[in-house]
Amino acid sequence: MKFSESWLREWVNPALSSDDLAHQITMAGLEVDGVDPVAGEFSGVVIGEVVECGPHPDADKLQVTKISLGDYSSTTVEKGELVTIVCGAKNCRLGLKVAVATVGAVLPGDFKIKKAKLRGVPSFGMLCSESEIGLADDSDGIMELANDAPLGQCVREYLDLNDVTIDVDLTANRGDCLGLKGLAREVGVLNSLEVTEPTITAATPTIDDAITINIDANEACPRYLGRVIKGINSKATTPLWMVEKLRRCGTRSIDPVVDVTNYILLELGHPMHAFDLAKLEGGINVRFANKDEKLTLLDENEVTLKEGTLVIADENKALAMAGIFGGLESGVTNNTTDIFLESAFFAPLAILGKARQYGLHTDSSHRYERGIDPTLQHDAMERATELLLTIVGGQAGPVVEAKSDADIPQTKDVNLRRKMLDSRIGHHIEDAQVSEILTRLGFTVTTTGESLAKVWQVIVPAYRFDIKIEVDLIEEVARIFGYNNIPNIAPKATLKMCEQKEANLSLSNLKQALVNRDYQEAITYSFVDPKVQALLHPGQEVMTLPHPISSEMSVMRLSLWTGLLQSMVYNQNRQQGRIRLFETGLRFVPDENAENGVRQQNMIAGVISGLRVDEHWSMEKAATDFYDIKGDVEALLALTCDAQGYEFSKAEVDALHPGQTAQITKNGVFVGCVGTLHPELERKLGLNGRTLIFELLLSEVLVQKIPEASDISRFPANRRDLAIVVKEDVDAKNVLQLIEKVGGNYLIDLNLFDVYKGQGIDDGFKSLAIALVLQDTSKTLEEKDITDVIDRVVATLKTELNASLRD
Amino acid sequence: MNLDTTTIDSIVAQAEVAIAQASDPTALDQVRVNFLGKKGLFTEQMKGLGKLPKEEKPKMGQVINIAKQAVQKLLTERGELLRAQEIKEKLAAESIDVTLPGRGTQIGGLHPVTRTIERIESFFGDLGFEVKAGPEVEDDYHNFDALNIPEHHPARQDHDTFYFNPKLVLRTQTSGVQIRTMEVEQPPLRIISPGKVYRNDYDQTHTPMFHQVEGLMVDKDVSFTHLKGILHDFLHHFFEEEVEIRFRPSYFPFTEPSAEVDIMGKNGKWLEVLGCGMVHPNVLRSVGIDPEVYTGFAFGMGVERLTMLRYGVNDLRAFFENDLRFLKQFK
Repeated sequence: MKFSESWLREWVNPALSSDDLAHQITMAGLEVDGVDPVAGEFSGVVIGEVVECGPHPDADKLQVTKISLGDYSSTTVEKGELVTIVCGAKNCRLGLKVAVATVGAVLPGDFKIKKAKLRGVPSFGMLCSESEIGLADDSDGIMELANDAPLGQCVREYLDLNDVTIDVDLTANRGDCLGLKGLAREVGVLNSLEVTEPTITAATPTIDDAITINIDANEACPRYLGRVIKGINSKATTPLWMVEKLRRCGTRSIDPVVDVTNYILLELGHPMHAFDLAKLEGGINVRFANKDEKLTLLDENEVTLKEGTLVIADENKALAMAGIFGGLESGVTNNTTDIFLESAFFAPLAILGKARQYGLHTDSSHRYERGIDPTLQHDAMERATELLLTIVGGQAGPVVEAKSDADIPQTKDVNLRRKMLDSRIGHHIEDAQVSEILTRLGFTVTTTGESLAKVWQVIVPAYRFDIKIEVDLIEEVARIFGYNNIPNIAPKATLKMCEQKEANLSLSNLKQALVNRDYQEAITYSFVDPKVQALLHPGQEVMTLPHPISSEMSVMRLSLWTGLLQSMVYNQNRQQGRIRLFETGLRFVPDENAENGVRQQNMIAGVISGLRVDEHWSMEKAATDFYDIKGDVEALLALTCDAQGYEFSKAEVDALHPGQTAQITKNGVFVGCVGTLHPELERKLGLNGRTLIFELLLSEVLVQKIPEASDISRFPANRRDLAIVVKEDVDAKNVLQLIEKVGGNYLIDLNLFDVYKGQGIDDGFKSLAIALVLQDTSKTLEEKDITDVIDRVVATLKTELNASLRD
Repeated sequence: MNLDTTTIDSIVAQAEVAIAQASDPTALDQVRVNFLGKKGLFTEQMKGLGKLPKEEKPKMGQVINIAKQAVQKLLTERGELLRAQEIKEKLAAESIDVTLPGRGTQIGGLHPVTRTIERIESFFGDLGFEVKAGPEVEDDYHNFDALNIPEHHPARQDHDTFYFNPKLVLRTQTSGVQIRTMEVEQPPLRIISPGKVYRNDYDQTHTPMFHQVEGLMVDKDVSFTHLKGILHDFLHHFFEEEVEIRFRPSYFPFTEPSAEVDIMGKNGKWLEVLGCGMVHPNVLRSVGIDPEVYTGFAFGMGVERLTMLRYGVNDLRAFFENDLRFLKQFK
């Protein structure tokens, strides 16, 4: 809520500067978002009267005026002098009180007013519009001051422009401060000052006109007041002081009747509504909307009312959405002469969330949702009547009240126990100070018991509807005592050791391993572009956000690939050649069997492209390929101390190259996949060159095998190298697994150290060089033991894989 | 050939010359063979010993042996010299430019957000706070209702929530993890929960996804002074300086009293860095913990904000652009 500081000071005027005041209310929990001057910086502008106004001899659109400044004098104006000013505003006319920038005046933007000649006629100043002195962004014509504005007075002084607009960002619990009345009360509490409320005098009815009011929804509308005012002056205008107050609180002036209701909303925090009496048919009925009932709102949109929506209706139709928005048809217009004024208490529960159902949020719904003082309706009605009669005249009828006492919130009794106060705050605030704070807040306090058994029995006034339970009072005491006056103490806790499963591999180990292998961690959005994702995961069901930030961020990711690949493109477009990125995070896979219908799985994924290593003076320059990224994946798996448990096998994955893709499984369970991105996708995504990618399920790799030690052999190991020739389509894995199977207990290590194709090897075949390391734990192996193993391996390779020894 | 001392002396003299002239170990070895080898000159002389009269043999033998030893000594000395020279030459030839870059120097880096989260985890982990994770697609019960934010509560509107349907959202806060933890664990509890949260808001100072770290401590006699104490300590240690801190009353439906914590920025302006408070009794009750017996505090901090302040990052959006030129600054 925005409010004018000087308006606040009419109610309560602490001896604080604007900044200190802003700081004080911020520290009371009413956070000040901004403090802005209400007008531009200017000087030398005084009130004048147009005493002569005639056409310019040489210009149709200009007028030549003589301006009286009363007794004003300055270095450029002599006392009693009539100042000649040429003016181009259409509304410039004889008798008008105007804001005159005399020669020497400085307007906002350091604009200095000098003597000038306009089409041959000398001009000694300027008649100002609102926008020219920084009161409005734009304005039509010059500013028209009130007829009683004193000639020669400084305009800053007259309009009280040395004022600021303070913008407080009120939390949802402090609806009571959504008006000057509540804010002043709070400032009064903080400074222990009395608050001067405006005197509200009840208008004596001068006519008998009244409208019957019936409430069909007592719980939703416990109190509804109405009053007829007839014969208002539809030509009247809102006085400048009110326009200014509204403006400084961020509200535009519309017409006097609406302005008065808005003024009450700002002053008392109480929304009001005015209907055009001529449009009402019969009595007022406060009820819930009928099925399919329609209402055209003040913004000219027709809505079909939902059944839970409370409406103000007459005998035949809904007139307004109660507490939210008025209807167009029954609204006050320029031709309205008779009005029906509403001042009602709608229960927050009846209004909460309703405006939103129609995409609405109004000053009125904002207040009713948070709650208003349920005792304030008469004051609001009388205050509005008083202002209306002064501004637009007319005759007021009696106030008609419909209410349901049982549904009007009653003052609450809340107890505050010393024991609870101390246990929550942790710092002892003296009895007397607690009592003083509660009393200062306007609460009625009695106490029972002493020391730890002490209880404050508090009666909370109606306007503090946010105070319901004991902790609400504890917060109030702490807040007024001052959070920063409460000491900082380190908590004490029971030293209970936490479980730390050794088998749980930490994610940071995995991340660090990739960092050590020159990967940079990325964090991409969890919602991605459905078009890009569909390229990578065609035909997969996906979670869609109904109201995304943009269509490019509208579906939940099925893998981390979409984000990573887009980051890759982003960086390639910025001259980054060699890119290695990884990310960890959730993927979101629709799954009826999962909680809330979505499997949220933690993944780790990486993507690389460019050179294997940065260009180096002593290393071969080579593009990265499948075995680079596979090595990275294998290194991650090695952290589990069970690399052997993971099996790579040829696989087909939509987004990947059909000949360069492996899936990884462990005991038959899918762990992830690694491969070269499909060249078609590289093209479609705008990637530059070969791109390698992997993704693993973290749940399958964040496990660590706990070591089981065995004795090491004291006898020498023997290495035998085999070069075997097999068909090209025989996977190395099959060869190695076979050797392992038949190698027996002596075989302790196996390493494929060369793959060769070409001269000396028939087309369609390849040669694999494999080192076998043999060792026994109880003796030195003899040549015969070794030869037996080798012969057995060679024979089995021959029969099972048709492998031969290389010549 | 006569065997006499003159001859021996002459052989020694020859050897001296030959040894001095040997320019490398191979040549030197040839000299050794020539003089001391099986068919060398000294061996020849020794053969002559037999022909000498009996009484002269020992004397002459001694002369030869002394001569041999002298030659051997010269050979050894020369050999050591030559080897030293050779090594020196070899080393000189092997000299390299040690200022050329080494191989495999590259190392990557963690994302700055991760870096901050890891630091926060470390500070609180040392105090026995366990790290807990929770789902990001969350039901409205855990994200709102259980946190004392019933449907239509005005506080819900402040959240700019991404809804999948009225019952399912992208979590707007990590506070739901409090609930999920307290549903299955009893006090005393100390947890922190870092993670992604989502708000439908995107401009210079908001990204629709960002990170929070939630903290919760529930025990007997946990009070607001403790909340203040632990957060003061944390902020001082996180920034590694005595930053000026203030606690400002605020409102969160799931804590009371509630506070926002500001720190004094380098520009002399207060900056909000976290929200906190004493766990609301309704929240404790909703998970079956008796608020008359237990109290607790909770806090939630914005990771990006802390990271920006710590490392001088000016644009929030940089965190999710993943520009390598930005990320590589955090190695």
